[in-house]
Amino acid sequence: MRKRRILLLIPILLSSAIMLLPFAWMLSASLKTNVEVFKFPIEWIPKNPQWRNYVTIWSKIDFGRFYFNTIKLTVIITLLQLATCSLAAYAFAKIDFPERNALFVAYIATLIVPFQVIMIPQFILFRRLGLVNRHLALILLQAFSPFGVFLMRQFYLSVPNELVEAARIDGLSEFGIYRKIMLPLSKPALASLTIFTFVFVWNDFLGPLIYLHSGHLRTIQLGIRMFISQYTAEYALIMAASVCSLIPVVIVFLACQRYFVEGITLTGLKG
Amino acid sequence: MKRTTRNRLVAYSFLLPNFIGFLVFTLIPVIAALGLSFMKWDSYSPMRFVGLRNFQTMLKDSSFKIAFWNTLYFTGLTVPLTIVVALILALALNKGLRSVKVFRAIHFFPHVASTIAVAVVWQFLYHPDMGPINQLLRLVGVSDPPRWTASVTWAMPAVIIMSVWKSAGYYMVMFLAGLQGIPGHLYEVATIDGATAWQKFRYVTLPLLTPTLFFVLTMNLIYSFKVFDQIYIMTEGGPGRATMVLVYYIYLQAFVNQNFGYASAMAAVFFLLILGVTIFQFRLQERWVTYLD
Repeated sequence: MRKRRILLLIPILLSSAIMLLPFAWMLSASLKTNVEVFKFPIEWIPKNPQWRNYVTIWSKIDFGRFYFNTIKLTVIITLLQLATCSLAAYAFAKIDFPERNALFVAYIATLIVPFQVIMIPQFILFRRLGLVNRHLALILLQAFSPFGVFLMRQFYLSVPNELVEAARIDGLSEFGIYRKIMLPLSKPALASLTIFTFVFVWNDFLGPLIYLHSGHLRTIQLGIRMFISQYTAEYALIMAASVCSLIPVVIVFLACQRYFVEGITLTGLKG
Repeated sequence: MKRTTRNRLVAYSFLLPNFIGFLVFTLIPVIAALGLSFMKWDSYSPMRFVGLRNFQTMLKDSSFKIAFWNTLYFTGLTVPLTIVVALILALALNKGLRSVKVFRAIHFFPHVASTIAVAVVWQFLYHPDMGPINQLLRLVGVSDPPRWTASVTWAMPAVIIMSVWKSAGYYMVMFLAGLQGIPGHLYEVATIDGATAWQKFRYVTLPLLTPTLFFVLTMNLIYSFKVFDQIYIMTEGGPGRATMVLVYYIYLQAFVNQNFGYASAMAAVFFLLILGVTIFQFRLQERWVTYLD
């Protein structure tokens, strides 16, 4: 038994190393000089760590502005999604009205249409509305996600109808039921949706690439892309910028790991 | 007030904030996407109906054909590789290792990290002369290692390896959930019947894991068809057109060349590809997916 356990541990340890080494290399390179970055054999812990790199990147490009833009978009989109999706999901899960199924099918149908397929008509629409090159375009684009409605509805379905009925008999309004019963019960689903949205908006590249053209509007992902094209040979600085772009996601991931996994099982396997 | 009318009013007031946004920014564009593909529109001259001409152009456009085949090449290798790696890891991790959570987190992290940051690192790792991957290959005796993203032959495999690395952990978590859903008593019965470890895997684990496998396959196919970010950062479709994939070509035609009509027609073909493969998947499902109930 012991022997078998060790045998199983070998592939897992090996693949863990493969998963982590690129990040370790990135961190280590971010603390080197450009000459040292590609030295071989790799010096994992730099003898002379260049902490200065982390100061330089903020002055070389408008990194602070990119950070602020990304945080702004992430917070606004996530809050709007939580509010509008949880409300709509309540109607789909707990209120009986004639067009319920037809409307829900429309939501589900668009879920299988990838963003890449509708990005052109969306862009044309936003250009007509005069919203291209404004943060509002991305906010409107991502705040009403059918995925969020789907996820919340799946969770609400697991709340017994008897509970809702009993509250109705007690004279609670529908909004009261939503606010006082459903929302408190659905904390895990809300947490999963928050994390999904946060990670998606933070990491999104194609959306900002299409909509945000002016330098002062750029998000962090666009900022990194700009950094690489402007300072091709500044290897260490590019790595430092990449590390900075990952930090918020690392923090959220470490703090809320279980919701990532719960979110996967909620939307996927039990369907 | 009648009950239905009241319910309707209440339901719509709950739906409204989301539905308006959904209708204007998702549903209408979905419908418009189809219409646009029959238009010629380069945003300088007014839009005009050209019937199927965009689709005829596609057949003669060598870049489109290359992008189409490259997308299949990328998907055809990425999907099976990811699934095999994810499945092996999940099986190893499921067998009573104490620190499952730590290993799960380590493998899941590349999926959560931004593709842009990760692609930038891999581009450095792949550097043909100075990159650590080729340095290591030279150390173990490969005198002429591949030039990775700088080589027509190796650019696509380079992107594929990076993509498998990035998403294997995500699907591993799904497989783990699937494995944990298999009732333990089935293994006990199999043990009593004298089944070997291989037989248990072949006749208990594998059949009962097929619903997860089906789900993972469907998701992974769609996800791979949409590849864009790593191509944009690592190769820009090159060298030459070696890593030109559909979404990248659609992006170029629409947002760089402003050929909105033509790009929409390609987007329609792209969607049909995804839809076709997904429908085919669901059709085939009955033949190999086992549901416990």
